[in-house]
Amino acid sequence: MKTYHSIAALQHDLHKGKMTCRRLVEHYISQIAAQQHLNAYLEVFVDDALAQADRIDHKIQHHEPLGALFGTPIGIKDVLCYADHLASAGSKMLEGFRSLYTATAVERLIAADAIILGRLNCDEYAMGSTNENSAFGPVRNAYDHDKVSGGSSGGSAVAVQADLCMAALGSDTGGSVRQPAAFCNVIGMKPTYGRISRHGLIAYASSFDQIGTLTKSVDDAALLLSVMAGKDPFDATTSQKEVPDLSLSTPNKTYKIAYLQETIDHQGLDADIKQQTDAFLHQLQAAGHQVEAVSFPFLDYIVPTYYVLTTAEASSNLSRFDGIRYGYHHPNAQDTESTYRLNRSHGFGKEVKRRIMLGAFVLSSSYYDAYYAKAQKVRRLISNHTQSILAQYDFMLTPTTPTTAFNIGDKAYQNPIALYLADIYTVQANLTGLPAISLPLFRHRNGLPFGIQIMAQRFAEADLLQFAQDLMQNR
Amino acid sequence: MSIYEQYEIVVGLEVHAQLNTQTKIFAPDPLTFGAIPNTQVSFITLGHPGTLPVLNKAVIAKAVRMGIATHCSIQKNNQFSRKNYFYPDLPKGYQISQFDTPICYNGYVTVKVGDASRTIRINRIHLEEDAGKSIHDQNPRFSQIDLNRAGTPLIEIVTEPDLRSSEEAYQYLTEIRKLVQFLDVCDGNMEEGSLRCDANVSVRRKGVTTLGQRAEIKNMNSIRAVKKAIDYEAKRQIDILENGGTILQETRGYDMEKGTTFSQRSKEMAHDYRYFPEPDLPLVVLDETAVEQIRAAMPPLPQQLVAKYTQQLGLSEYDAQLLTESREMVAYFEALINQTTHYKSAANWLNTTIKAYLNDNNISIGQFPIAPAQIVQVIELIQQQEVSHTAAVQFLFPALLQQPETESVAHLAEQLQIVTHQDSSLMDSLIAQVLDKYPDKVRDYLYNGKKNLLGMFLGEIMREAKGKIDPKNLNQRLTEQLLARKK
Repeated sequence: MKTYHSIAALQHDLHKGKMTCRRLVEHYISQIAAQQHLNAYLEVFVDDALAQADRIDHKIQHHEPLGALFGTPIGIKDVLCYADHLASAGSKMLEGFRSLYTATAVERLIAADAIILGRLNCDEYAMGSTNENSAFGPVRNAYDHDKVSGGSSGGSAVAVQADLCMAALGSDTGGSVRQPAAFCNVIGMKPTYGRISRHGLIAYASSFDQIGTLTKSVDDAALLLSVMAGKDPFDATTSQKEVPDLSLSTPNKTYKIAYLQETIDHQGLDADIKQQTDAFLHQLQAAGHQVEAVSFPFLDYIVPTYYVLTTAEASSNLSRFDGIRYGYHHPNAQDTESTYRLNRSHGFGKEVKRRIMLGAFVLSSSYYDAYYAKAQKVRRLISNHTQSILAQYDFMLTPTTPTTAFNIGDKAYQNPIALYLADIYTVQANLTGLPAISLPLFRHRNGLPFGIQIMAQRFAEADLLQFAQDLMQNR
Repeated sequence: MSIYEQYEIVVGLEVHAQLNTQTKIFAPDPLTFGAIPNTQVSFITLGHPGTLPVLNKAVIAKAVRMGIATHCSIQKNNQFSRKNYFYPDLPKGYQISQFDTPICYNGYVTVKVGDASRTIRINRIHLEEDAGKSIHDQNPRFSQIDLNRAGTPLIEIVTEPDLRSSEEAYQYLTEIRKLVQFLDVCDGNMEEGSLRCDANVSVRRKGVTTLGQRAEIKNMNSIRAVKKAIDYEAKRQIDILENGGTILQETRGYDMEKGTTFSQRSKEMAHDYRYFPEPDLPLVVLDETAVEQIRAAMPPLPQQLVAKYTQQLGLSEYDAQLLTESREMVAYFEALINQTTHYKSAANWLNTTIKAYLNDNNISIGQFPIAPAQIVQVIELIQQQEVSHTAAVQFLFPALLQQPETESVAHLAEQLQIVTHQDSSLMDSLIAQVLDKYPDKVRDYLYNGKKNLLGMFLGEIMREAKGKIDPKNLNQRLTEQLLARKK
């Protein structure tokens, strides 16, 4: 069957009767089965997806009004709730848990006639950069099955990379959409904090989490965002701002672009990525953009600040998982204390427990000021400095990742600190709430893909997507 | 001087009041009391994965009302915080509360103890959500959890350690209960737990200015229980100190039946609640305009009503105080004076006849069966001299209690044959009847100077009249008829 590279192309064929939703969904179901070794899907919603496909085929045949995403098979990261469906957050802790309600973002996709194909593997509670922290095994990079997919939205990235869906939802707390997108050669977008409701997104770190998209085209990212974005009475942190028209139209404007000198000079940055990024910046300049280096003296504080604050929030967000009302229950849990101790010790994986303990520590009364309160101050400094850059420039550019995808089980990344540093370029957007996108523009000399990251002013998704579109078309 | 008199009791109180909003503080679930367990719970109250709190704005005005009434400053930037601890009746594993930005702070309440007036400083009033209920005594093998109460809005009102006796604590709590009721903030019912109180109690020798080690007492379900628990705890602490012991900082429960306190949790087992700002809720900004709007829409406080009743309605201070003892009483009185301008009469009915009935039957005005509209009719009948006050109290009021659905009170009075006949024929014939019955006494009155027999005649006539005549002119008519018999 023909591979569709954009939702528009697919919808064109559906309209013309060259394709039906049922055939499409059946095709994806068989592809997922054939690519099972990638471990991208935790579950395929076969019956529901086919039923929705038939409903939309019926609408097409009867010329009924169609939603913006009609006929689009979408996979959702296993941290998004979908009524009457299992949701596990890649964890044993949520064993057997079925959600009573549907996340606002997913509900809006369905209301726009999308087809929810299944739930996608991820690091446990979205904590990880390799998808190796999933209780259901790592996701394999379709380029090289020995390489990691990246994480935590590894299943989402690989599902789009291997054409096991048209698009996927991920969640991005510190780069969990953009980093696997860079590793897997797809487009990963994290909108502004507050742009998409988090209602129904299983929380990792509430003031950082944002639902993002993994797509094959910038148009698709724009389309998905326009459907999901906007205020929601179930999430008080959603922006009340109207969602602007995100259709991409005025191409090839010239922009003022800042790149952060410290990100290029960073010792952890792979030489080939550095060189190709440098070359790319020159290319932009040659194309008429104003490209300037700016100083960002806080780079080394970004990752520690991020981990103090996200683990603090996570330690509290994950307190509800006690196995009392739902989820994993240890057979020897007998009284209050053993219920908490056994359920949580055995239900959570190692990395999740590490972050809960770290978070509980930084919030404890004796260390609060030294860690949590200080990290909040640093977050404000980083945010203010970033804002001052974006007051003068339209965009900030950095590599998405310091390296390409590494080997599954790589010893060098068994040290959590080394792995945390892999987030160095992506966490800034989460600390500051900015929208950011990773574009798969490069191929490393080792054969693996990597990306460039563009960050824009808060709520400037329209500009960000337009620029991204220009770059993708002119590559 | 006894040992106990050499000590001073120091008490600080923490009062939790459940706000009487329609829905929960962070979820649209209804606030319904006494419902079947775990039926007033959506996936938000249950703390299911991915759910988020959204503030019910109605709680803000209620908390601010209480702050205004207690002379507090109102917080401009309100931040919610998470108080983290594990307990099965706490579905999220944290309670959303306010930590360093209480919505109201630095206020005071004035209480009267005997003739003295004492100012009790309010440290803070903050908003938070209630937990669910753990039930340990219904099943031999399991504890049970009812999450209906989880997410009920609370304000916690915290005093400085300014109370110096259990009686002051009693008066303070009575005042707080009155305030929450008048402000329509909370129903004030301690027995049902909508108003709860913890007491921090310490003792020190009189003249000492530093605070003694305190114990926190929980689980007292009436104002009287708080008073008793403080007295018991103070005595316990004094006994320990007098025997050379030291007071432990601990949490103690109150055993209602024995009237004693017992140790529940020591300081070593105290929680580190790991408070931090709630990232799921934006700041609530209360500028002056917002506070003024709340102030303007506030129901009147008892002292404002007393001023109104004495100055505008001409009632006595005593009557006005009695009428403002409870919000229900005020509501009833306001209903009366909306329909009649005979304010004194209305106050009189409420404070005497109706109050006596309530006391005799141990019910509140809210349970009083006769509607204000009917009492207004009674008052009007008396004012129009169609029914005497005596007859209204003796016959009409009891009849109305029997038939509270009566629409026309005048008609009921007719049925009871107590309507005063404005023509004097009935009165005259009754007078004649009585005078004919006692010719000797008439003679004694007229010729032997026994003028005090007039009272006997009056009483006899009234008895015969069964309320059907207006006693107002009786005296004059009787004297006239007596004199007419003088030959």
